[in-house]
Amino acid sequence: MSETKDAKVEKAHEKAQHEAVISVKELVKKYGDRTVLKGVSYDIHRGEVAALVGPSGGGKSTALRCMTALETFHGGTIRVSSAKLTPHDKHHADEIRRLRLVSGLVFQTWHLFPHMTALENVYEAPTQVKKEPLSAARDYARHLLEKVGLSHREGALPRMMSGGEQQRCAIARALAMRPEVLFMDEPTSALDPQRVGDLVELLEKLTDEEKLTLVVVTHEMKFAMELADRVLVLYEGNVIEDGNPKEILASPKDPRTRTFLGLEG
Amino acid sequence: MNSRYAIAVCSLLPLLASCQHTQHSALERVRQAGVLRWGGDIQGGEPYVFEDPDHPGQLVGFEVELADAIARELGVRAEFVQNDWSNLVPSLDRGSFDVAMNGLEVTPARADTVAFTRPYFIFSAQLVARRDDTSVTSLASLHGHRVGTLASSFSYDLLTTNDVEVVSYEGTEEPYADLEGHRVDGVLLDDIIASRYGLVRPSLHLVQDVQDGYYAVACRRAESDLCVAIDQALAHIASSGEARRIFARWNIDSDREERLVSWTDDDTRTMLLARTHATFTAHHAMLFVEGAAITLFVSALAMCLAVMFGLMLALTRMYGPKPLAWLATTYVELFRGTPVLLQLYVLYYGAMPSLRAAIGWDGYTEYDAMVAAVVGLGINYAAYEAEIYRTGIQAIPPGQLEAATVLGMGRMLALRRIIVPQAVRIALPGVTNDFIALLKDSSLVSVITVVELTKRMTITAVEVRSWLIPGLLCAGLYMAMSYPLSILSKRMEDRLARNP
Repeated sequence: MSETKDAKVEKAHEKAQHEAVISVKELVKKYGDRTVLKGVSYDIHRGEVAALVGPSGGGKSTALRCMTALETFHGGTIRVSSAKLTPHDKHHADEIRRLRLVSGLVFQTWHLFPHMTALENVYEAPTQVKKEPLSAARDYARHLLEKVGLSHREGALPRMMSGGEQQRCAIARALAMRPEVLFMDEPTSALDPQRVGDLVELLEKLTDEEKLTLVVVTHEMKFAMELADRVLVLYEGNVIEDGNPKEILASPKDPRTRTFLGLEG
Repeated sequence: MNSRYAIAVCSLLPLLASCQHTQHSALERVRQAGVLRWGGDIQGGEPYVFEDPDHPGQLVGFEVELADAIARELGVRAEFVQNDWSNLVPSLDRGSFDVAMNGLEVTPARADTVAFTRPYFIFSAQLVARRDDTSVTSLASLHGHRVGTLASSFSYDLLTTNDVEVVSYEGTEEPYADLEGHRVDGVLLDDIIASRYGLVRPSLHLVQDVQDGYYAVACRRAESDLCVAIDQALAHIASSGEARRIFARWNIDSDREERLVSWTDDDTRTMLLARTHATFTAHHAMLFVEGAAITLFVSALAMCLAVMFGLMLALTRMYGPKPLAWLATTYVELFRGTPVLLQLYVLYYGAMPSLRAAIGWDGYTEYDAMVAAVVGLGINYAAYEAEIYRTGIQAIPPGQLEAATVLGMGRMLALRRIIVPQAVRIALPGVTNDFIALLKDSSLVSVITVVELTKRMTITAVEVRSWLIPGLLCAGLYMAMSYPLSILSKRMEDRLARNP
């Protein structure tokens, strides 16, 4: 808890500072004999833009897959808004349903549905899962596509879109379910370096306007610094650094952070 | 050089002469060899020619005794040559044996392709019906009804000249089984077959002796001297009373056979005179189009069934609970690992009658064959389609299912909306190719009495004594059906290659 106090940011929303929308406690995850997460704990507050960073194999992607219930885990608890996940062979269906309603995920390679247009990709889940009326869902989908700057591409199939366009479509698709929390996995990995600035701009706009909590997994420290108001460094299954990005950059507490930052150049 | 050439030619001359000699005198050839080789099929069974159950390897039957008697008259011995029954005439033409003698009925089609001797046995085409079906009193009373018989038989010809729906079979047991099962209302076949396979069933009875027919020895048309010699031998065997003694031993003797004693060459001419028109007409062409329509109908319905059932199998196998997945796997392996012909037989002659008996329903039996054809081919091809879908589903990146999952879709919804639509696109070229294969495999349903394109071709070929025109027309119709599908499949493959 002391670490979260360090993470307080001047610009963070006043109310959000008091409410942890994501609460991870003592999370343990193993792959066979290998323990990938060794009892990780952190809170992320409403309205925060948090970045999970660290070298590959550090556990950041695994933490993301656990928080989005794409993987089960072996110890600890995860709460995302009203959804509570506990270690089980299989997650409880009601909790999963709640998790899906409160959170969205943008995959590293987006995984758009190739047989559907951009617009169809966006309103598919609202109409099929939430049973929203088609016309209302389609209107909202158009609104979201406009917001991510894809209005002119609503009839395009994923294979006709550029990487950046596909990513923005995937963001709109995740937002269509009106989540409280948006997770993003390595959003910069498939982008031209010039496009990263555009992405930061878009995500800042979205978090402001949609009252979103954004959790980004990235190995690019520079991107994390630009975007996040809170950075967690995962290294060999532990959180070794948690706080304001500028402070971490200026005076890392753990020597391994320095190594990691040095590697990042 | 010249003298050497002359010597060579001279030494060849006797050889050439002997060649010509054998070509002209088949009787001479048989006498020189000391053997009369006669062709037949021991599968035809008792009482024609079959293996003695008490002495395996030894052949018995009334035709064996007749062949021995004929050979004795010619001063040679008889030697049996085993040959598939339906190919006896072509094999005779090819020279596999000297004569064919195995319940070969004198039909106009056969009389045009071989030289028949006088008959050695006079049979009666007997109409058999269900004992409790009092409406069947004669062949005429069956107008518009379904009557079973063997393909290309004397009875088949007889039925086509009457106004009945002919249902043609490949075996002797099946028509009577279907008669009992109400799939046909009468069966017309030779009395020997009727008494051994039909009248042994308590629920069936003899309605009428419809018409006499003849078994005769078939010789090659070019070997008339052998034909004449056997003719004389048969006359002697009949007049001496030996023939009827043989028949009596085999329980097939009747007053009909008395005619053999007083048989004249004029009778032979009359017997062979009953010719039918034997050219390919517009009427035949129409029947071909009808056959093609049946092929397309059966194939299309079977494919619909296979596509839907196959998808269920694939999904159950990949995502279903363990016991169900195991069942689906077993199903796929079972149906891919056994011949579709066997499956059709078991379904039509085994499963369907049992099912009808179990639920006590015998309505609409006339559609049994069509239903069995569609269902049989459908459930067989479902096993293949299931594998095509499985490959298609496996080709979809796992991220697709994860993307659907994080959007809150359940397994079923994700499969229906996201996975299956993509898998079908990948599977479509393979499915189209399978449909082309099914179009051709559908010819197998003729074993369960469905007359589709290939069956129509073989029937017509026998009728018009030529395979050329019916064969070409048949091939043309198959091509007309499958070629557009080939193009479609190619286009889909190309599209898929461009946009994976």
